[in-house]
Amino acid sequence: MLHILRDRRTLLVIFGMPIAQILIFGFALSNEVKNTRIGILDMARDEQSARYIQQIEESEYFETTHELSTTKEIDQLLRAGKVQMVLAIPSTFSEDLAHSRQTQVQVVTDGTNPNVATTLENYTANITRDFQQTLMSATELPYTIKVSTRMLYNPQMKGEYNFVPGVIALVLMLICTMMTSVSIVKEKELGNMEILLVSPMNPLTIVVSKAIPYIFMGLLILTIILVLSVTILHVPIHGSLLLLYVVSLIFIFSALALGLLISSFTNSQQMAMMISLMGLLLPTVMFSGFMFPIESMPWPLQLISNLIPAKWYFYSIQGIMIKGLGIGAIIKEIAILTFFAIFFIGLSVKKFQIRLA
Amino acid sequence: MAISIDRISKSYGEHKDVHALREISLSVHTGELFGLIGPDGAGKTTLFRILTTLVLPDRGSATVEGKDVRDDFRDIRTMVGYMPGRFSLYQDLSVEENLRFFATIFHTTIEENYELIKDIYVQIEPFKKRRAGDLSGGMKQKLALCCALIHRPKVLFLDEPTTGVDVVSRKEFWAMLQQLKKQGMTIFVSTPYMDEATLCDRIALIQKGSIMSVDTPENLLNKYQGDLWGIRTEHMYKALQDLNNFPSVTECYTFGAMHHAQVSGLQMPAELHNYLDRKYHKNIRVEKIKPTIEDCFMQLMQADEREPVPNE
Repeated sequence: MLHILRDRRTLLVIFGMPIAQILIFGFALSNEVKNTRIGILDMARDEQSARYIQQIEESEYFETTHELSTTKEIDQLLRAGKVQMVLAIPSTFSEDLAHSRQTQVQVVTDGTNPNVATTLENYTANITRDFQQTLMSATELPYTIKVSTRMLYNPQMKGEYNFVPGVIALVLMLICTMMTSVSIVKEKELGNMEILLVSPMNPLTIVVSKAIPYIFMGLLILTIILVLSVTILHVPIHGSLLLLYVVSLIFIFSALALGLLISSFTNSQQMAMMISLMGLLLPTVMFSGFMFPIESMPWPLQLISNLIPAKWYFYSIQGIMIKGLGIGAIIKEIAILTFFAIFFIGLSVKKFQIRLA
Repeated sequence: MAISIDRISKSYGEHKDVHALREISLSVHTGELFGLIGPDGAGKTTLFRILTTLVLPDRGSATVEGKDVRDDFRDIRTMVGYMPGRFSLYQDLSVEENLRFFATIFHTTIEENYELIKDIYVQIEPFKKRRAGDLSGGMKQKLALCCALIHRPKVLFLDEPTTGVDVVSRKEFWAMLQQLKKQGMTIFVSTPYMDEATLCDRIALIQKGSIMSVDTPENLLNKYQGDLWGIRTEHMYKALQDLNNFPSVTECYTFGAMHHAQVSGLQMPAELHNYLDRKYHKNIRVEKIKPTIEDCFMQLMQADEREPVPNE
């Protein structure tokens, strides 16, 4: 007991983690979708459609960020990830209502995250039903507005489309960060580092050579997951395979550097494991956006999520694999990932200890 | 001068209140087999780590082959051989792979310096395919010595190389060190075993982070003050208490199967004999014995305790 109390850092982890998790899971992370960025293509542009749009916008679920003028823009906006849903109102909206008391709107969603897409569709359908009710109560005539839905990129609503890129991000983070830090700290624990340091080798060379196998391991694992996903789960790779590997390599580098960083301030394998798991794995799961939509988090957490390299990696490989994006569309993500890699490598070199203590 | 240490201090702990080394000064000549003798926790390993540039001293300076441990650590790392107290080779590599690995990181080959390690290596060569982790204690130490020697270091640092090694292997190990010394290598070795001290050219006795004495083993023995008597009775525990109450006995402690009593101003063993007789001891045997290094250590430690180390 005394032993547990003495280890302050572990204690902090033991008590701090549940508190943080309860808070984060309870308040911030939910599968509920809020403030989703949507685009509206209003081809009717009359009083009736304006009222309908107003009702959509009044809900806390949607936030109109783009107003479209052509159908072509639908795909562009969704592909770039600027909006998650587009609501298209036909030009005959009011006329149909007036003449046949029947009309329809179309909802186009980004199917890369099928859960979110389905939720968005349901919300829209609900609001539309409400609008219908108001119309009916005013005129006492039966009106029907049909909501036809279309999910882009993932018409079969496969969850795999979302979780395969997520799993890749997770596994790479896990292998590269945890394995590197644990293997280097193991050298310290066993005393191997003591002799290695008293040698003409540059201490950094020692550590880098410990990390190199994990680069290959990471790439190998990526390949295995990709092969499995394509053959068994039938997840397509629409984009360039080369680009996918290049982005992954950048991500692996930043994960390795993080591992080195952890190893330079821990002295036991357990501690290194704890930090890698608690400090990196959980944020990766929570903030990368593949389990919980980032858009519905409170803004402070949205800011934090920007600091998680896995978020950017997840976005880019999802884009490459599912949407078939080229380098141009994800240049921002790649730039941020590269920055992270350079930043972490720089930091770990700076923090690297050339002595024992 | 192969090693020169100038007033080095090192403390550990959050408030720097654990004094591992206090103002230590030492010098070791080139080609010398120098022994650092002291019990566990005396600060031996800390001193080794400072000299091998693994730890920085809080105060003071030290040089190895003229290179400063703080500024020229790169140079020192290329020319010293270091064998830490704990077995630190790769347990899951074989004997041969370990040796080849260390040859590589020191930019040399086994063949290049085979002459130097030959005598030691032939003893472990039959097991060269075996994993280092499966070797016996003595074998491990021989392998570790080979690895520390592979680049023909100018100065060899051995931190408790014989701890946990059987008596025969310990003898063999020291015979190897004598061989290496003949080749002109400076060897700085630490040990908690006082009997190994006589095998060194010079020794430093270290206790609680301070050096009590630096001398050749012979001189140290000659400096012993008073006489030493070995005493045996049937009730050893009671005898220890009785002897410590005898006025002429300045210090009495158990040494193997007998008590060693350090006595001053007493010529006749009969006096001690009679005293113990009056205390109802039976089968009393009292003989004058020659002090060992351990006895010198006990005496110096006692003197140290009388004038306690000033707390800074």
